[in-house]
This record gives sequence, C-alpha cells and structure tokens, in this order.
Amino acid sequence: MSQSLLSDLAVALASGAVRVIDLTNTLSPDFPVIVLPAEFGQCAPFRMEKLSRYDDNGPAWYWNNISMNEHSGTHFDAPAHWVTGKDLPSNTVDAIPAQDFMAPVVVIDISAEAAADADFVLTRTFLETWERENGRIPPRHWIALRTDWYKRVGTPEYLNLLEDGAHSPGPDAGAVEFMVHERNCIGLAVETVGTDAGQASTFTPPLPAHSILHGNGRFGLQCLTNLDKLPTFGALIVACPLKIEGGSGSPLRVVALVGETNA
Amino acid sequence: MAQQQPYDGVVVCAPVTVPYTRYSDKTAHWWAGSALKELSRQTGLGPADFDGFCFSSFSAAPDTVVGMVQHLGLSPRWMDHIPTGGASGVMALRRAARGVQAGDVDLVACVAADTNQIDSFRQTLAGFSRCSQDASYPYGFGGPNATFALITDAFMRDYGVTRDDFAKLCVAQRSNALSNPHALMKKPLTHDAYMAARPIADPVHLFDCVMPCAGAEAFVVTTPEKAQELGLSTARLSATIERHNAFAEDPVQTRGGWARDIDALWSAAGCTPQDVDMVQLYDDYPVIVAMQLADLGLCDKAELSQFIAAHDFTITGSMPLNTNGGQLSAGQAGAAGGFQNVTEGLRQVLHCPLGDQVPDAKRALISGFGLVNYDRGVCTGAAILEQDVLR
Amino acid sequence: MTNPLTPPKRKDPLLRTHVGHVSPNLRSRAATAMAARAGQGRFVLQVCHDCRRATYPPRDRCPVCWGELDWQDQPRGAVIEAETTVRSSVDLFFRDHLPWRIGSARLDAGPMAIVHLHGDVKQGDRVRMELKLDRGGNPALFALPEKETSHMADDPQLRLFTADPKVRRILVTDGREATGQAVASALLDAGATTVFLGNADPLMRYPGQDRIEAIDGIEPVALNLTDTGSIEKLAAQLGGRVDIVVNTARFTRSGGVGFGGKLSDLQSSLDLEVTGLMRLAQAFAPALSARSDDGVNAAAAFVDVASIHGLTGNAGFAGSSAAAAARLALVASLRGEMAQTGIRVMSVLTGPVDDRWHQSVPPPKVTPTQIARAVVTALQSGQETICADDVAQDVMARWQADPALTIREENK
Repeated sequence: MSQSLLSDLAVALASGAVRVIDLTNTLSPDFPVIVLPAEFGQCAPFRMEKLSRYDDNGPAWYWNNISMNEHSGTHFDAPAHWVTGKDLPSNTVDAIPAQDFMAPVVVIDISAEAAADADFVLTRTFLETWERENGRIPPRHWIALRTDWYKRVGTPEYLNLLEDGAHSPGPDAGAVEFMVHERNCIGLAVETVGTDAGQASTFTPPLPAHSILHGNGRFGLQCLTNLDKLPTFGALIVACPLKIEGGSGSPLRVVALVGETNA
Repeated sequence: MAQQQPYDGVVVCAPVTVPYTRYSDKTAHWWAGSALKELSRQTGLGPADFDGFCFSSFSAAPDTVVGMVQHLGLSPRWMDHIPTGGASGVMALRRAARGVQAGDVDLVACVAADTNQIDSFRQTLAGFSRCSQDASYPYGFGGPNATFALITDAFMRDYGVTRDDFAKLCVAQRSNALSNPHALMKKPLTHDAYMAARPIADPVHLFDCVMPCAGAEAFVVTTPEKAQELGLSTARLSATIERHNAFAEDPVQTRGGWARDIDALWSAAGCTPQDVDMVQLYDDYPVIVAMQLADLGLCDKAELSQFIAAHDFTITGSMPLNTNGGQLSAGQAGAAGGFQNVTEGLRQVLHCPLGDQVPDAKRALISGFGLVNYDRGVCTGAAILEQDVLR
Repeated sequence: MTNPLTPPKRKDPLLRTHVGHVSPNLRSRAATAMAARAGQGRFVLQVCHDCRRATYPPRDRCPVCWGELDWQDQPRGAVIEAETTVRSSVDLFFRDHLPWRIGSARLDAGPMAIVHLHGDVKQGDRVRMELKLDRGGNPALFALPEKETSHMADDPQLRLFTADPKVRRILVTDGREATGQAVASALLDAGATTVFLGNADPLMRYPGQDRIEAIDGIEPVALNLTDTGSIEKLAAQLGGRVDIVVNTARFTRSGGVGFGGKLSDLQSSLDLEVTGLMRLAQAFAPALSARSDDGVNAAAAFVDVASIHGLTGNAGFAGSSAAAAARLALVASLRGEMAQTGIRVMSVLTGPVDDRWHQSVPPPKVTPTQIARAVVTALQSGQETICADDVAQDVMARWQADPALTIREENK
C-alpha cells in the first residue's frame, strides 16, 4: 500500500500536482527576535561570521560560523520550552517522535480581523463560529492562524512594539483549551513572532498559548510565511526541528505540501 | 689650566682629497680605501707600513675603525675612531700628534670618508642622535638647516649681523672655489644672487646651506725623520684646542667652545691672530663662520659686521677664508667635511693647493665644529699649522 | 588671528587620495615615557631627585648632578627666544605640511626646548606650552598664544596635533542610548558637519529617537556591533566619509563572577563591547587610515568610551569590568597599529553611568552630558586618555599611584 502511495506522491511532486510551499522566513541577522523585559536574558538573534571565502583563512572553500537562539527566525517550540511542559515525557526536540514532524494543517484566516485590530484576540466563540462556516477542525492537525503578519517582516510593524509592549494577534486561554482538549491539535502555527498575542502577558493565565499548548505536549511553529498560499484544509506540513540534545526548540525549514485539488 | 706642551717631534704631511660627488653608489669603505690609495701614491707606502690609523665617518655603519682596519688590510699598533663629524679633523690631528710624540706610533693615516647614496642623508638625520630624534627633528624635520636657522635668527638679532654680511662671506668662498677643480659649485655667486635665493628655513636661505655629497679626505701625522725619509713636505702643529658642550646654559647658541679656550690657543702658539696667513674655518652655515671670527679672537663680536665689511676674504684678500671654497662651495662630504679645513690649510702652507695659492702662506688657523646633537654644535676645536719643510 | 576653517569643498573623486605619513617616530624610552604622560593631558618634564632641576630633552640621568630623574608636572609658561619657518624637509610628513614654524623656547621650568609654534606666536612672545601627541603618538611641545586668539583651534599646524570635531563627519555607534545621543549633540555643537548615529535595531523604536533624529546634521544609520555584516555594510557605504569613530556602545549588567552574574550577560557584554569593538575596528580602521592626511577633514581618530573599571575589575559588575578590561587591551593594541598611519586612538573612561543599570550604585555617577564633554575635549586636545567624571578620575589617580591597592579597593 505505502509503496504505491509514496510513488504516487513522488509522481505528483515531479509533475507539480503536489506543490511544495516554503513557509520559512530567511534566517538573517536582521530578522527580529522576541524582545523580553530588559532584566531577563534576551533571545540571541541569528548571527553569521565568515570563516573563509576562498581566502587566506581557507583558500578553496566558503563557510560561516553561525549562532542564534533556539527560537530565532522561523522556529519550532517543543513542550519543554515552557514551565508547564517541563515534566512531560519526550518534551525536547531530540525526543519528540519523528512521526509528529509531518502533519496536516487547517488554516484559519483571521487576516481581516488582525488588519483591523493588531491586538485581535482569537476566542473559542470565534472558532466555533468558524467551524460552523468552514467545517470542524480535524484531530492531530496543526492549526495555523493566517494573519498576513508575515507581510510586515522588515518593518517595525512586525514586532509592533510600542511603549506598552508588542501588539500582535493571538489566542486567549479559552481558544487554546478548545484547540488542545476538544480538537486535539498537534500544535499552533503562526506568522507572528510568538504563538501568543503581543499583549498576552496581561492575559489570564499569562501567555496562554505557551502555557496550555506546551503543558499538554503540543508544539508551536512561529514566524511562518505564506500561510495565505495554503488551502483551509488538505495541506500537509513538514516541520523537522534540528535534533538538539535537550533542545527547547529549533530554527527549521518548514514546508507545506499542497495537492492540485486543494488549490 | 696647565700650559699645553708643544708638539715637538711631530709633523703633518701628505694632504689628500678624493674628489667629491653629489651622490655615490659606493660605500664609505670604498671612499676610505680611495683616500688610502692616494696616500699610498704620495708616500709609496702600503697597508703594512702604516702603524697608526685614525678614522672618521657617519656612513660606515655597522663598522667602526675596527671593521675598517680589517676591511682595508691594516695592522696598526695605534688606532682611533673619531665620531665628531665637523670637529673630527682637528681632533684626529691632536690625537695622532700625541701618539707620535709619545712614541706609541710612528706613522698615522688620518682618514675621513663618507658616501652619499640616494636617501642616505634623510636616513642619517632620522637616526642621528638620541636628542635629535627625541626633541629636534620631529619639529619640522628641517635637519641642520632648521637648527641653524634658530641659531642664525638669534645671532643676527643679538649681534646686529645681517644677511649682507653673510653674503660677503659666501660670495668670497665661492670665488675661492672657482679655482678648485674639485669644488662641486662651479658657477660664480653674486651678492644679489645670494640675497635673492629662496628661503630654506628663515633666515637661512639656499646659499647658506652646504650641499651634502660623498668624498674622502686624509693626511699623515708622523715624525720629522720619517717624513724626511719619505721625501714629504711637512708642517708643524703650533697649538690646538678642543672643547665640547661648552656654554650649555646659553638659551640659543651664539658662541662656541672656542671662546672658552681661545687665549690658551694663541698663547701656546706664540703668535696672534694677525700672524696667520689664512683661516680655514668650519663653515656649514655662514653664521658659524661669523661666530668663529669672534670666538677665535679675530675680532670683537659686537663689531662683526664692520669687521666683515673691512676685510677681503678671497685668496688674495686681507684675510683669505676657506680657500678651497669651504663646504659651502666645495661640498660637505659628511665627516670628510670636518677634515677639509685641515687638508686645505696643510696644502696652503705646503704650497700644493688644489686651486690658487695664498701668496707666501706660512701659517694657517684651522677649526672644527661638529655634531648638532640637539639644538647646537657640541664639539669644537682649532689648531694652528705652520710651514716646516718644503720638499 | 587664525583664518577660520570652512567646510571643505566636495573633493574630486578622480583624484588619488593623499597618502598620510607620520612624523619621524624613532624615540628613546624616556621620550616614550613623556608621550605616555602627554596622552593624559599632562605637561611634564623630568626633575632630578637631588638637585630638583628640570631637564629637557628627555635624559636618563640629571646633567647637572647625575641624580635620578622622574616626571613631574611643570609650569606651562615659556618665552620664544628664536624662531624659524622650515620651508624644506626630506621627511615625507613634513614635506606635505610646509612651511612649518618652530622656535627655541625658554621654558619657565628652566630648560630650553625646540617647539612647534602656533601661527599667532612669534619670537619674543610669552607663550602657553602644551605637551601634545603627534600623529605617531610621540610627545610634541607646542607653543600656543598666552591668551586665546580668534579661531585659535583652526591653526593648521595645531590641527595636526588634535582631532578637532570641527568640519568633521563622525560616526557615533549607539544612538539608542542616552550617552550616544548626548555625544552626538555635543559633537555637532563642537562644529562637526555630520554625525552618523548608529541604531542597532532600526525596526524598533527607542526613547528620544524623534528628538535626536530631527536634529540638523544627524544622519541615522543601521549599525549593530554584534552583527559583522551590518558593520561591514556600513563601512562599505560610509568608510570614506567617516573622519572620526566614537564607540559608545555598552552592555552593563550587575553581578559577580561566582555569585549573581549571568553567563548570558557576560557573553552579551563580551560580544557587544569586545568582539563588537574588534568588528568596528576591522571595518573602519583601513578606511580611516587611508584618509589620515586628506585635508581639513582628514580622518583623525577612533574613540572608545569604556568603564574605568577595566583597569581594576569591580565587584558587583564583574562581567562589565571584564569587557572594559578587554576593550582597554584592544584599544592599546589598536593605538599602536594606528600610530603607524596617523590616526589617534583615544579612550574616554567613565565611572558608573547614571542609567537604569546602575540604579543601586550610590552617586556620584557620570551623566551622558559629562561623557559627551569628555569626548569633545579629548578630540579637541588630541588627548589619548581622558576621565569623564569624578569617579573615573579618582580610580585613575589611585590606580596610577598604587594599582594593586586600587584593585583590592574596587573589589571589596
């Protein structure tokens, strides 16, 4: 069975019947990282130091040393990232079953709401309404929030920091509880710099997405692009974090497979 | 201070000048060897025959007289290295004379040699002395021109000497140089041309400056018996003086060490300034010539300007001065410039000049002045040479 | 009086840039000791232990009584006894700057000295002496008019002994902090044509941004000292137009070595302050050096603002002090390297800054305005090391007198 399924997929990939959409932002020193209050340790941005480029430090080869935080650029959050997930089994990137790195995605478009209100909060009610109009969210799916926020990358409006902190859309606790316990999602995938809203430290509980997702062994995918290129249902996300020993997350290349009929 | 003992039993002979060149690709060793070769031609002696060797140079590094002795195949029982540049001629003369007189040595070849390769003048200046590298050359790097400009500025103001006075000295020396086939300056210099020359370091102008060049000078100090045996004309050394770092408290140098010892010189020589037939004065700048006219007792410093006006400094004049043209017109071959006054004075009293003869010359006053270690010349010397035997 | 400087005309881009030479640099050890003190803005001569007489040029023993010598501050007065204008030189640096005026000065302290003359000074004048550093970092006695004359600082000969901000274009690395903003304003007030003001995170606003960026002469630039690429990009764009670099970037966090310090803070501090300084130097040193004698707005200086505790360490701010120590070491090396090319490397040392990272440090604390004043003073005087405030001066004085004691005191 699997043999013909995979060869069918290979044929479809070769023919373009299945397209691969890159959901990843380019990892560059300029790409913003989450900013925490100054007294906390800060997320290191991506950095690249040339080691050699066909020069006296390496005449025939080009390579760079790179450094970054596990949560720089387009990245994956493992359950161990949050205190609520600290005691769960297989909660770090090296221990998560590889099976979980490929999963279907349902895309919830809140771009209009986010455009109208940078602090738009996704609620259970909103999701229930959405399901009535679009269909039920299936189990073991990534739930992706399309906000078109990726179009703000390279502008101050991406982090959207004001004197009272960041302003970007995200879910409240009720929405996350619903996604985790009632729809058994594999994780939450967003275009913003975090799965939580910019102002989520003022929510109850604070940072509900991090708190509830990771406390229940679910994952996060942040800083995605191109969610507007995906169908509401039917796409498959491939998101394999680096196998960092005891890692809390990882920058990674995220792609989505989209079938012709979905388009 | 004790009266200087006379230089009995000592003669000076065999003046040698190896013709100067503006630049040379040769080394100081080559120039020293050339001077010795000419000495050999005059005396018929070779390396084994000289038992004394006295050497002066700025450009022989890393060698001193030691390296030079082996380089040139000498085996002396007496040698000396004189690092005092413009004062080295008089000092070599004094030291060799006492060595010969004491019997430490019989026959001393005194040699000064310097080359002048492209850029060697700048390099010599840059590493000239600790005080100059610390505290004078980094101030505009005008070299000796700048240092003597400061001296000239103060001297002119303090003693009422003018550029016209300097012009007279320089014009006379150029006139003297015209009969010297080896002089680098071959064109007459007029008073107007002197006055119109471009400034180098005010108030020093172009014709106040010597032209650095390559060259060598040499002479022999020996006993009268040895000179006779070799058939050489000889001069006697009547008296000498030497003084270093005199008047250190003077804010700007307006007198040299001669002023401190000049009475001793004339007293030991048993003659007066009026008795000399010519003066061969160290002349790297005319201000130093003027300074010496006073410091050597030829005139009163306050009357320098009138004195210069009253005299004719050409070869046939009332006070022949630097009869080969001096360094100002013949060229300054480093330390050889410090020997020039000795060899030219010697030639005149031995009646074998390079150019014109001072009529009936019997006695020469010669001087040396050297080593601008910081802001002034530190080393001074003077000697009186008298005709002994012409052969 | 001196002709006032005017901003230079835009230069012909096709002309070969004038190669900057340094004045002759061979010096004795004693002269080098004099330079070290000149760098601190002192006017010193050697004085004999025994006869108390001052001596010059630098010697190793007293010429009067052969006693031991040491360096002491001296009265700054002098009289010019003789002067000359050097119009010919075989030295490459001075040839480019003829005519050059020097004089023989009788120092009130006693000795005579050959000195550089300001254009408003002539023979016979009483003058005020300054001990400056030349472009090669060597000591230089400079005679200034006894009383201030108009546009005195614009004297072309004097300007070669300073890095005066007037008509120069200056990069200040960190505009996001109050110190960088104060430095930028002070440099413009001192006559700088342009201040390129670095912003490490152009996508994030910072306090004071609107005010500072609205000032005429401020040009905001993206510059993140932790990002090599950002520095290289800026150097590629601006290298030929920056005459002075002032590095004000700091990362100060409290904490000890064994207790209370965070490794991530130390790393951030080392990366920003130490590696950042090296990145900055590597990107800008070649361009500065290539333009060290390029007319009135020739490249002139690299200024690093660091904590005085780099000299001693400081319990409570161990990591930041370590970063400052590394900065001082890098700056010392850079100074030696840049002395070969005629660019001055200066350290502005500060006590604790009155900012949010020193909230629990009791006053006195240095204000951004004081730091800015010190930067301007260092550039105007050509001084190599300057303490911006009372704390820095106090630590420096104690450190110079007894380093081991001061290290203990600062780490109690």
